[in-house]
Amino acid sequence: MLRPDGTLKVTGEFAYSSDLWLDGMLWGATLRSPHPSAWIRSVDVGPALAMPGVFAVLTHEDVPGEKFYGLEHKDQPVLAIDQVRYQGEAVALVAADHPETARRAAAAIVVDYEVREAVVDARRAAFDPSCPPVHAHGNLVRHQPVRVGSTFDAPVVVTGEYEVGMQDQAFLGPESGLAVPGEDGGVDLYVATQWLHVDQDQVAPCLALPKEKVRLSLAGVGGAFGAREDLSMQIHASMLALRTGKPVKIVYGREESFFGHVHRHPARMRYEHGATADGRLVYVRAEIVLDGGAYCSSSPAVVGNAASLGVGPYEVGNVWIDAYGVYTNNPPCGAMRGFGAVQACYAYESQMDRLAEACGLSPVEVRIRNAVSQGSKLATGQIVDTPAPLADMLRELEAMPGPGEPSAARDLRSLPGGVAQTTHGEGVRRGVGYGVGIKNICFSEGFDDYSTARVRVELLGGEPHVLVHTAAAEVGQGLITIKAQIARTELGIDKVTIAPADTSVGSAGSSSASRQSYVTGGAVKATCEAVRERLDRMRAGHPELTLEELLELYGPVEETREYRHRPTTPMDPLTGQGDSHVQLALCVHRAVVDVDVELGLVKVVELAAVQDVGRILNPLALEGQIHGGTAQGLGLALMEEIQVRDGKVLNPSFTDYLIPTILDMPPMRLSILENPDPHAPYGLRGAGEPPTLSSTPAVAAAVRAATGLDLPRVPIRPEDIALVPAAG
Amino acid sequence: MTAIVRRSGGNPTNAPDGGLCLALSDMGSSEATLSSAIRTETTFTVNGRRVQMELDPRESLLDVLRERLGLTGTKKGCDHGQCGACTVHLDGRRIVSCLTPAVQVNGQAVTTIEGVAAPDGTLHPLQEAFIDNDALQCGYCTPGQVMSGLACIAEGHAGDDDEIREYLSGNLCRCGAYAGILAAVRETARRTDSRVGEG
Repeated sequence: MLRPDGTLKVTGEFAYSSDLWLDGMLWGATLRSPHPSAWIRSVDVGPALAMPGVFAVLTHEDVPGEKFYGLEHKDQPVLAIDQVRYQGEAVALVAADHPETARRAAAAIVVDYEVREAVVDARRAAFDPSCPPVHAHGNLVRHQPVRVGSTFDAPVVVTGEYEVGMQDQAFLGPESGLAVPGEDGGVDLYVATQWLHVDQDQVAPCLALPKEKVRLSLAGVGGAFGAREDLSMQIHASMLALRTGKPVKIVYGREESFFGHVHRHPARMRYEHGATADGRLVYVRAEIVLDGGAYCSSSPAVVGNAASLGVGPYEVGNVWIDAYGVYTNNPPCGAMRGFGAVQACYAYESQMDRLAEACGLSPVEVRIRNAVSQGSKLATGQIVDTPAPLADMLRELEAMPGPGEPSAARDLRSLPGGVAQTTHGEGVRRGVGYGVGIKNICFSEGFDDYSTARVRVELLGGEPHVLVHTAAAEVGQGLITIKAQIARTELGIDKVTIAPADTSVGSAGSSSASRQSYVTGGAVKATCEAVRERLDRMRAGHPELTLEELLELYGPVEETREYRHRPTTPMDPLTGQGDSHVQLALCVHRAVVDVDVELGLVKVVELAAVQDVGRILNPLALEGQIHGGTAQGLGLALMEEIQVRDGKVLNPSFTDYLIPTILDMPPMRLSILENPDPHAPYGLRGAGEPPTLSSTPAVAAAVRAATGLDLPRVPIRPEDIALVPAAG
Repeated sequence: MTAIVRRSGGNPTNAPDGGLCLALSDMGSSEATLSSAIRTETTFTVNGRRVQMELDPRESLLDVLRERLGLTGTKKGCDHGQCGACTVHLDGRRIVSCLTPAVQVNGQAVTTIEGVAAPDGTLHPLQEAFIDNDALQCGYCTPGQVMSGLACIAEGHAGDDDEIREYLSGNLCRCGAYAGILAAVRETARRTDSRVGEG
């Protein structure tokens, strides 16, 4: 089945949040701090208010209700109060009748800053008691240890220090939305988000409104990847709309977008792997420091993932992990596809390659020798109670045909750097690398993770028709297709309509953690089953009637159900033990690269992947998820980094923040396995994130194989390859 | 119920069924302008329709299409010519509309994504191919990809996969639907005479 929104999207008719329009609406703009850390001595809004066309200028004093919000801790001010903690923090808001007027008015606001020392080193924030506190309650957001066993010596020991740069989700449709003041004193907010209800939960208290007066509807979402899990313009536009009594639209530009959402946590990681001479893991020690930046966002959960999945999908009897999330004055970090598991994966996979070399094994063999399988115990003590055929996946991956040798007569386009190549390819070397990733699906650590669906069957024009209503955000992943497929399958009725997502139905939870097919899919299935039971009872009383006649007789049938996955438990705060994950998903990648070792340029020639998805619901959309996740992992390996110096972002544009183009993304070979998870609806396994994990270490390993360099940091920059001091 | 619209019509929540659409309102051009702006009279066609406007020389073609003509199908991804989401055709050649001053298109013909399907709504074969190959996820880059793909075929640059890649490399897709985009352009190029791109 094809996407129901496909036609709208290929004709330009699909309405994204930035396309909305209401007569008489105003445009909002946000004044942001140029400093990563400063006191605010004063804010003079006079010059902005005096400009023709300006309707309102607001500061923190105008926040009607609670002054702070946040996903896990309410530590972020709606507008800065007396101090700023990161470059780009929102200080004041303007509403004007033209977007350019609004921007100019924001620039006319005079803020007197007293610049302070910025805390920019995450390790210092974590471990140096003399480090200035970014928040009064200190710099440590979460420390999660994992402690198993007591044997921390082994015949073979490999160590490494690894670093992951700050990646950006870089969705193409910047943050935007339209707030409309309601006649009841409330507000209607049309916004691109990942989770309508958690937005509502955060927006309403700041506006001093009851939740039912803050009504959210999902506007078209131009990509998400985690960056829309936190609020951006939601409270701001609502404040301006309530103050002016007019609809207010805010649309971030690209540069502002780099400051308008959280990023992937940069990580610094120290790993030590001990093994027997034949490459069987004895122990893993790791210290993982994640830079959460100025505000908490989802840092605690990111730390939980890094800790609980910190050894990867391998059996290890002895584990000593300390994962830290800290505050600094760097840009705030939170959710991005792979969420905590990505960073650790790059480090533990780099270690597995070192271990392979130390033991004289192939990268695939060392992984097979330690691979988890059904029945294995993870470092958290959780038993893998569903299929986890990692060894088989690796064997299949290794057996896949490769891209073949490069031809002697080389087209420039086939060389690293493409048509811009300045050599004849004399310095090009080929390398092959492997990567394995394990990702938790759905929300972990005891979170009450559920979704709600309302399903109605009625006669429209004499035909039975199904209406499926959830609050789940379609962000491009194809959830509306899946919902329609499930309703059609469960009810056997062809005409299915997916109602727009809004807060007039119960929460669906977030479109993140690869969870919506599982949880909202599960809710739609459960609700359809309830509808079917009612139809069956009606039918039992009138076996002679058709469905049409039954609906004619009884009227529409409507049911609403919540669906919960099996419960999880928190991680023990001292040992990390607990059944903290709902479902685990595996993906393995092989990368083949050509590296110009003289120019430092890399061309990924081919990527192959094997992923176990439990059950394929929509093959086209699934392949798209694997391609897309792989591309973002490739980006992290080779090009994507928000460069931050002294707390300031150096590259907030697509000229300087590089994301893979169609030239960078090679052809892929995919093998998709279906080993069902008996706990999940239809046996499915969440699929969007796992490929993002394993493609990064696979590409990095391939570049190492081509160059012989250590490359302990991603993204791998040209200078890391071409400008390495000789015999260093 | 409040009428919230894309300026060109449609509905804000992309309801797939007419019964669920919010009401449409007739869009006027009541937009405020910047004070002290110099105005230049500009005449051009958009999707075959003649347009005559007084334009601020600083206005980009993208902003004029989106904010003054209500053609929001053309997307603003970066406003700096870096992402390709705003690609349109000017006299048949593809340009990034965000870097094109609108006054500069005086006397020329602009084609946007809204002008690609037939007037009766029949999709162009490339649009069909995008749907069939799932060449999109969030869809934000899709109008630009389609405009670029049409031009790539019309220019005769869709001979093989490497060539298609080279000539589509100015259009970013963050969802990573490149395999589908490549397949859609390849398939359409093979089906149509490579000299005829825009139907």
